[in-house]
Amino acid sequence: MNELALAVPWLGKRNPQAARWLVIAIAIGAPLVAMMFGRTWVRVLDFALLYILLALGLNLVVGFAGLLDLGYIAFYAVGAYTAAFLASPHFDVHLPIWIVLPLAACFAATAGIMLGFPVLRLRGDYLAIVTLGFGEIVRIFMNNLNYPINITNGPQGINALDPIALFGWDLSRNIQITEELAVNSLFLYYYFFLACVVGSIIFISRLQISRVGRAWAAMRDDELAAKAIGINTRNMKLLAFSLGATFGGVSGVLFGTFQGFVSPESFSLMESIAVLTMVVFGGMGNVAGAIVGAIILSALPEILRHLAVPVQQALFGHVLLDPEVLRMLLLSLAMILMMLLRPSGLIPANAKYSHIRYLKAKGVTE
Amino acid sequence: MEIFLQQIVNGLVVGSVYALVALGYTMVYGILGLINFAHGDLVMVGALTALQTMMFLMGVAPGMSPIAMLTLSLLVAVPVCMLLAFTMERLAYRPLRNAPRLAPLITAIGVSFLLQTLAMIIWGRNYHTFPQLISTTPIQPIEGVFITPIQITIIIVSALMMAGLVLLVTKTKLGRAMRATAENHRVAALMGVDTNMIIALTFVLGAALAAVAGVMFASNYGIAHYGMGFMPGLKAFTAAVLGGIGNLGGAMLGGIVLGLVESFGAGYIEQATFGFLNSSYQDIFAFIILGLVLIFKPTGLLGERVSDRA
Repeated sequence: MNELALAVPWLGKRNPQAARWLVIAIAIGAPLVAMMFGRTWVRVLDFALLYILLALGLNLVVGFAGLLDLGYIAFYAVGAYTAAFLASPHFDVHLPIWIVLPLAACFAATAGIMLGFPVLRLRGDYLAIVTLGFGEIVRIFMNNLNYPINITNGPQGINALDPIALFGWDLSRNIQITEELAVNSLFLYYYFFLACVVGSIIFISRLQISRVGRAWAAMRDDELAAKAIGINTRNMKLLAFSLGATFGGVSGVLFGTFQGFVSPESFSLMESIAVLTMVVFGGMGNVAGAIVGAIILSALPEILRHLAVPVQQALFGHVLLDPEVLRMLLLSLAMILMMLLRPSGLIPANAKYSHIRYLKAKGVTE
Repeated sequence: MEIFLQQIVNGLVVGSVYALVALGYTMVYGILGLINFAHGDLVMVGALTALQTMMFLMGVAPGMSPIAMLTLSLLVAVPVCMLLAFTMERLAYRPLRNAPRLAPLITAIGVSFLLQTLAMIIWGRNYHTFPQLISTTPIQPIEGVFITPIQITIIIVSALMMAGLVLLVTKTKLGRAMRATAENHRVAALMGVDTNMIIALTFVLGAALAAVAGVMFASNYGIAHYGMGFMPGLKAFTAAVLGGIGNLGGAMLGGIVLGLVESFGAGYIEQATFGFLNSSYQDIFAFIILGLVLIFKPTGLLGERVSDRA
């Protein structure tokens, strides 16, 4: 939270207190403003929050622990498919969200450890390729496990997932306040996701200054030295993979139940790359960076989508570049240019977290 | 028995294409320690440029002989890919040569997706029919085993190109400079080798092989589209790792072995798993092999480098 406030341009440095209130006001007021432009934009914000969760999780693995994971979206898929199996008419099982969510988190964490074990010895580029392969294997299975026994329903995906219900309160229904006034279900999802994001931010900022976070940082900066000072790098890597995967799994459940259907198409390599770009763009190893990166890179393609078509029609008379192409163009250019011009990202990670004075002030160490 | 021999033929054909592409990965990795993620997409650019040239030639000179047309289209596709690789190295990789290890890799992923997107803009999303200028009517050297003339051409051309590359690297002055740079580019520079030029040349050479591989790949399947380079690229990388990355002979061996494993796997998986898995799982073999090699023998079949090096 502090970091986000400090990242507010101009105001952040002069008046952090005001900046903090500004961030809170934006987080709460954003859907209200978006509503003025139409329901689609509230939906875009809902998805932006999901991407924030994903980016926060991937940031644990890539930014904190320094392990480049290109198959991250597989965990998202594990979460979404868990929700699809356990809360949809597909197998006719309808478990409540309070059971689905922890189960999905467990499955995703297990998948993370399963991926983690074989790749423990790998570093850097090899790790990237093997994790990419893992992501592809998961996708291939999702695509083909409809034969001879129909498990995933193949490329068509699974429909009609149960919506999230909190204590019997269905988030997918609008709340009717008076005849005229109703709170749209998109708002309900927004605030629910927002609560998840805030919880994650608190958890991760605590984690970052904890023993684990510092061990990750040490391992990322120099694995050999980290081993020498007694850090169990094997366990730390597995922990990074499984915690990152847990975030992926949880956001997968939220994604599946929010969208109401899951299909392998949503979990392509492009999505893994998109989330990675968000982390890289915002600044690896920085919570605020991951958040800002996720917001910008998930909202910008949507804005382009709405601007690009009319603008191109006005200029050339027909649509030259369709929105999906523009999104890919934007993401790939963001990745290349960011690495060339500003490798530490939009908001570079702050080294103060490993500084003894900061840790003493926080009461973490003596 | 016929099925067994048929799978060997299929494996050799696919494997020699993988081997050609793997050489590009392994040369760049040997010199820079960088996985050039965008290398697979050069395969796609090669195929689509050749396709464009063929379309143009068919319009201008409809009576041209297929061999002349193929040669001309290669003469366009190869330089285009070389130029692209040169630009890529100059703009995206060279500035990052001394950056932290994740930076060039992330850039390479970006370049790969940029190439795919640009190809999508230029050639559209659709699958294009690739003209099969060399006959695809199968012949039967042995009763029950089929091989098409294009497949024979693929095996022969790949073998010739690989032999040429090995000669270039082992016998010429340029090759010696490349090996010196791979060993230690600072020392090589002190010995008067223009290392920047050598690195650029390595990219360019790899791109030429990739372009040829792309044209052969597309001719064999009769299809080309913007994403066609990605999977073969990954598999070729697997082949390079399997053979021992940084090692030319290893890349060739790895390519052939991977091609054989894949074709046998696809042929027998249904029987082996009692019909539970079928040939649509063909793509997972490469990844499983990659995982197994990296866990149990990270140096690959012929390599000496350690996986930890990066």
